[in-house]
Amino acid sequence: MQLARVIGTVVATRKDARLEGYKLLIVRLQSPEGKDEAGYLVAVDTVGAGAGERVLVVQGSSARMARDSQDKPIDAAIVGIVDTVQALR
Amino acid sequence: MFLARITGSVVATIKDDALHGKKLLLVRPLDHSGQAIGRTLVALDAVGAGVGETVYCCRGKEASFPWLPDPMPTDAAIVGIVDPGVDPQ
Repeated sequence: MQLARVIGTVVATRKDARLEGYKLLIVRLQSPEGKDEAGYLVAVDTVGAGAGERVLVVQGSSARMARDSQDKPIDAAIVGIVDTVQALR
Repeated sequence: MFLARITGSVVATIKDDALHGKKLLLVRPLDHSGQAIGRTLVALDAVGAGVGETVYCCRGKEASFPWLPDPMPTDAAIVGIVDPGVDPQ
């Protein structure tokens, strides 16, 4: 899983029927210290995350293990909203 | 699988139901000589590992297999703790 920050939303009227009703968010990958890193993802929100929140993102076929995402054409899902990160150093 | 050092932990109250009660840890991948490489990721703990320990992790869909037959939305899992004092070379 990766730490990321929600930086926007995606609206798509024409899409795969299995994705109807899902919130698609743009997330920017982050370091544990909270710095933005290179790269972003479009991820399906399964926990009710909002703009600016720090989240946990699962990629690959594991994204389909998230709630209500079985058999959906997705490869990235937000599965948690981060409260705190404790990092050594 | 790859070797990693546990460098911290993540707390998330709002998360996928399957993740409740599971430990989320920050892991920094290591090269063959024990030097940190690449970016830190968040892995789900399957073996009772703790901060500072050297572990090996599994990525991809296989990372959810320790919790079979339950579906687990994770793409990284800690699946073993390297014995202290064992030289990776």
